[in-house]
Order: sequence, then C-alpha cells, then structure tokens
Amino acid sequence: MTLARKDILTLEDMEVREIETLLDTAASLKEILDRDIKKVPTLRGRSVLTLFYEPSTRTRTSFELAAKYLSADTVNIATTTSAVVKGETLKDTAWTVEAMGVDCIVMRHPVSGAPHFLARLCQASVINAGDGMHEHPTQGLLDMFTIREAKGKLAGLKVAIIGDVLHSRVARSNIWGLGKMGAEVWLAGPTTLMAPGIERVGEVLASYGGSVRTTHRVEEAIEGADVVMVLRLQLERQKKGLFPSIREYARRFGVDRRRLSLAKEDFILMHPGPMNRGVEIGSDVADADYSVILDQVRNGVAVRMSVLYHLLGGAPMEVPAVGETPPGGDVR
Amino acid sequence: MRTVILGGLVADPVRGRAEVADVVIEDGKVVAVGPGAAGGSPAGDRDRGGVPVTVVDATGKVVLPGLIDAHTHLREPGQEHKEDIVSGTAAAALGGFTAVAAMPNTDPVVDDAAGVRFVLARAAEVGYVRVLPVGAVTKGQKGTELAELGEMAEAGAVAFSDDGHPVPSAELMRCALEYSRMFDRPVIDHCEDPELSADGVMHRGYWSTVLGLRGVPAEAEQVQVARDILLARSTGGRLHLTHLSTAGSMELLRWAKERGVPVTADVTPHHLSLTDEAVRLLDYDTSTKVKPPLRSREDVEALRQAVAEGLVDLIATDHAPHHFDDKDVEYAYAASGISGLETAVALVVTNLVEPGFLDWVGVARLMSLGPARLFGLEGKGTLTPGSDGDVTVVDPKAEWTVDPARFASKGRNTPFAGMRLRGRVTETVVGGRPVVLEGRLVGR
Repeated sequence: MTLARKDILTLEDMEVREIETLLDTAASLKEILDRDIKKVPTLRGRSVLTLFYEPSTRTRTSFELAAKYLSADTVNIATTTSAVVKGETLKDTAWTVEAMGVDCIVMRHPVSGAPHFLARLCQASVINAGDGMHEHPTQGLLDMFTIREAKGKLAGLKVAIIGDVLHSRVARSNIWGLGKMGAEVWLAGPTTLMAPGIERVGEVLASYGGSVRTTHRVEEAIEGADVVMVLRLQLERQKKGLFPSIREYARRFGVDRRRLSLAKEDFILMHPGPMNRGVEIGSDVADADYSVILDQVRNGVAVRMSVLYHLLGGAPMEVPAVGETPPGGDVR
Repeated sequence: MRTVILGGLVADPVRGRAEVADVVIEDGKVVAVGPGAAGGSPAGDRDRGGVPVTVVDATGKVVLPGLIDAHTHLREPGQEHKEDIVSGTAAAALGGFTAVAAMPNTDPVVDDAAGVRFVLARAAEVGYVRVLPVGAVTKGQKGTELAELGEMAEAGAVAFSDDGHPVPSAELMRCALEYSRMFDRPVIDHCEDPELSADGVMHRGYWSTVLGLRGVPAEAEQVQVARDILLARSTGGRLHLTHLSTAGSMELLRWAKERGVPVTADVTPHHLSLTDEAVRLLDYDTSTKVKPPLRSREDVEALRQAVAEGLVDLIATDHAPHHFDDKDVEYAYAASGISGLETAVALVVTNLVEPGFLDWVGVARLMSLGPARLFGLEGKGTLTPGSDGDVTVVDPKAEWTVDPARFASKGRNTPFAGMRLRGRVTETVVGGRPVVLEGRLVGR
C-alpha cells in the first residue's frame, strides 16, 4: 500500500498503522544498502528536491542517497547559494521549483510549522526534515526502526531521552512515535530545558499504551532503561542563561559510564548527531559496543527510502527484487 | 435631518434596562426615546417642513448607543497598504462602531500636536465614523522620553499609548501617569515584558510545546500589569490596561479595583473567543498570530467570567489590519494582529450573549458606555434624550459566514474566516446620519 497522505510533517498526526507500514517497508528496503549495485528502479522518473534552510550533513545526504538508490532524480538547493539570499520568500521559492516539476520537497527550516505552510502551497509532497523546535519525523522513524531492530519490539520498553527537550525536534518526534507504539518514555534534563506541559502529551499517549514521565535526575530516567537516547545540546542556549556552564551541564546531565551502569544490561545508546563529545555524551560510551549511533545513520537511509517510496507511490512489484523479505517486512 | 428607529429593543446602560421603544434623532441629537415615541406615522412626518427623514424598522432587532472602539489601528499615516482612514472607518461603520480610537503607532508616530491634528483633519475629510486620536506616551514610541502630552491633549488626543509596545521603563511609566493627571487623559498600556516574551510567537503552554513554537508566558503580561497597577496606585494617574489576556491579569485587576486604584481594562473579542489550540487546529495559520497571544482555555474562561461580572470595563477590538504579504509567510516571520472591526459584534453575540455571559445592556456598557467614559466623551454611551445621535442596530438572530474577501478593511487577516457566527450589524447612525443601512455602507 501507499500512505493515504500527501505529506509527512509530524509523527503527532501519524497513525500507528502508518508508522508500522513505514517501518516494515524500511526493513525490506534496507537490504538494498548491502548490495554491490545499490539501485532499484522503483522511483525512476520522479524528482526529489532537498531544500535546506539550515546546515545539515546526515539528513540531507541521507535523503539524497535514499532517493538515488530508488532511482529518483535529486536536486539540492542550499539556501546560502540560492535566491533566498536575495530575499526570495519561501512561497516564491516553492512555486518556482514546483513549476520545474518537482514531485517531492524535503525541507529543513528554522521556523516551526514552515513545512505546513509549504505543504499548503504545493501540489508536491512535502517531507519535513526538521522544522524549528517542532518535529523531525524521519529521525523519529529511524530511531524507532533502530530500537525495533535491536529489541524486536517497541511496546513496553523504557526509553530515556536525556538533555535539551525544550528545543529538540528530535525529542518531540520520538515522544509521539514511541508513545504511540506503547513505549514508556522518560525525559530527563535541566528544568529550564524541559518543555512546558509535556506531561499532557503523556495523557494523550495513554490511550496508545504509552507514557511520558519527566525528571531532572538523569539517574532516575536511566535506571532500568532499555534505550538511552542522548540529545544534542545546542551550546548557544547557555548564552541565554538556561544553564550556567558547559562544565556544570556535563557533570550533572552528561551521559557517562557511571550513569549508564544503571540501565538494563542489554541497553542500547543512541544519539541523533552531531555529537558534542565530552558535553552531553562521553567518547568512552559513544564509541562503545552498546552504542548504535552508526546504525541509526545507516537505518536513516532505509527509513527515508521507505518514506519516499510510500509518498511517491513506487510500483510495488519493482521494490524488493532480490534478497529475502525480513519477518514482518512485507511490502503491502 | 431626522432619523427614526422604530420598535427595536433599546438597551441603554445609563438607564440600566432594555425595552422595546422608538428612538428619534433630530439635528444630530436624540430627541425622544420610548414606546411609541415616534408617533403614529413617522413616515408621514416627511411632510413636516420638508425635513428629510430616514425610517429604520428595528422590529426584532437590538438598538444600542453607538459602539465605540477604544483600540483600533488605522495605519494612516505611512502604512496605507495595510489600512487607511477611509477603509478603516468604513470597516468600523460596517462593524457597528460610530467612533474609533486610533492608535499612534503609524509612520511617523503620532507623538505631537501636528500628528493629532492630521488624524483629526483626515478623519473629518474622509472618515465614515468619528476618529479619536490617541497620542504616543514617548517620543517616537521609543520608550526613552515623554512625548508632549499636554500639547497633544490640547489638540484633541483622547488618551496616550505606546501600543504595539509596552512602556518598558517603570520610571517613565510612573512619570507618564503622574504627568497625564493634569489633562485627565488615561495612559493605555500594552503590557508585555520584553524579556519574558522575547521571541515568543504564541502562548507558552501545552500547545507551544506540541507545535515547537516559542512561547510567551502569561507572566510576560502579568508582571507589567502588576507594575502599572502599583504605579497608578501611587501616582493617582488614570491607567487603562488594554487587551488583557490572562486569568492572572484578572486577579490583579480585581485586587486593584478592590483598593480603589484608578484603573480600567479591556479585553478583545478574539481573546474571548479562541484558545491557543487554534494555532494547532488551523495548522500554523498565521491569522492566529497576535499580541498578546491567544491563551489557554482556563484564561479564556476567566476572561469571560470577568466580563460577565463587570470586572472588565470594556471590550475593544485591537483591530490590527495587515497586508496579505505580511501574513503569507512562515509563522515566526508573520506580522502579529487580527483585523477585528467587522467581526467584533458577532463574536460578542455568539460567544458572550448567546451563552448567557452578557445581556444587551451589558453589551452596550462594554462597547459603548465603557469606552465613552474612558475617554470622557459627553453625550455618548447612552440614548437618553439630549445625547448624541450615534446608534448601532444589531440583528441578533442573523447568521452569517465570515468572508474576509468582503471586508471593507484592507486587512483580511482573521482566524474567523469561514466561521458561522450569529449577530449582524444592520444599521450604523453617526451624529444622526445613517452611514450603514441594511448592512450596506450608504455614505458619510
């Protein structure tokens, strides 16, 4: 099946069934990454634009490769070298590229809700690749994919998300996604970096069997956790007085070996990148064998292939030409 | 010139009651009010001395003393692409307002007598309704030194305000309140602590978290409300707090009024009608972006309760028209404000009168007498004989769908587009002259 939607903007508005479909398809597409010739003709003739108003290494590259592996044509607009620097509005940029026949726009933008605005303006599918402090749905999906791959399930897992929840779009997408899949989400960080009213999200997620708890004690969140997800600390936050120093942050909220000893024996450690080593995460743990940080990156390509496939309606028979379909990974 | 309004429910806040009556206006003044006051055949009066007569059949309608908007942005001079005195006063007339107080945050700012005279002269020349100029509190609204309040009062300014911005300095606010006492004009403050509101674009709470938008906490308003109340208490200057939006501000207002502090306050129809959830429901539609932001459900309930109890003195629109392009951008980049003149009465009817928070005398008190008293306008806010011939007639049962494309205002920025509302202004009479008849602009 393809999803009955034009755009992917949030996990807040995504149904459990849709999440499962996207993850299952990603599981079957991941095998393509292991081939010598990483190319299937599924999206031949479709065009994908990456439009990034913020710097990005992994997300933009990941989308571009995902599109290329599916044989879509890709084009990239880096706003620093485009007409945006001449003051062109998002509306005009969107209409301009749409006039050139783009089927899908993958956008990152510093303003929350900008992808919603774009989606209203365009016939093309819009994929939110991170908007302000709002959501980063494909990151949430790839994180869920990575957890499911390691743990075989999502429901009932204790997932600790540590750090700057207030400003994190990664946290929001994971909270909605994991909560809807029935996980027990713990949020830990300084009180000044906790999002107001986030507990009410837990009330919404209760109907899915999920929950959200908050604490300023990292140990409480990590204790017995199946998954520890560390958020990137945006260092400019310190200048605004939200916490006094990097040193104090690292000591009180940094994830290190001692704190991780409280987690379940078979826990996994995640980080959406890019990391501030020695601040929110220590190198000794980031590079340890329980770290799945590079799996996240690799899975990101598979998840984005799945998202592009479903939105752009690739012909189903053309997808998994070789290899086995993993359990539960049938392409419907 | 004679205007006769027959058989409507006349709500007069000075007399404190509503009754079915006729209203007769001659030479700009109300000359008779009461059941049958117009006599047996008012149309027959046409013959009497050849005086032109307009007869309005108000059966089943509500007749109010002319509504006065204490907070309007007419944008002229300098921002005529957003609104001007012609379009803004036309919108006012269609919205049932017979007078509007024009905020001074134009370009240039109205911060001296010449600016006040310009607005008055333009309004006299082209306006559909009366325009009451508000002068700036500080020069250029920069918040650093007092503007010439005395000169502006003499030229006709009805109040002083740096609206659009707060008066950031407590000392300057103290001076303004103390100094303005000499002219018996209120200082209207837009309460917003600039550090607490910072780069916030919506109410700080659950929905700002869900939407990832930067929040403006309720305290950004309340900190300055508290400050201003204390300054009004010590100086005795007349303080008017505009567009209050939070439950906490209502508590502070109550505290102040119980102690006899010379303070009045208004709330807007949009803060009485929508919660911050609207930003989510309308999917980041920038028409929901306004200062102060749409608040939580608890806040909206507290505001409605405060209006019902009479704690709030008036309802003002904060009509803030913007050009299409100013709103057709990403949420954080969009201009703040709602074009409110043409939906105010219907929002009040739909969200306050119909659910029983207000009766029609209450509407007249909040939208006519309250603003008249704020600005010390003699002969307004009532329909007793001898008062000004300013009248608003409302069909309380008329249902209509908000269509911004049909606004007279150049500002089509409204979160109420497409909404079904009850209550429609059918007639607006300014100084005895019918300006709106049967919902249509007929002249000035």
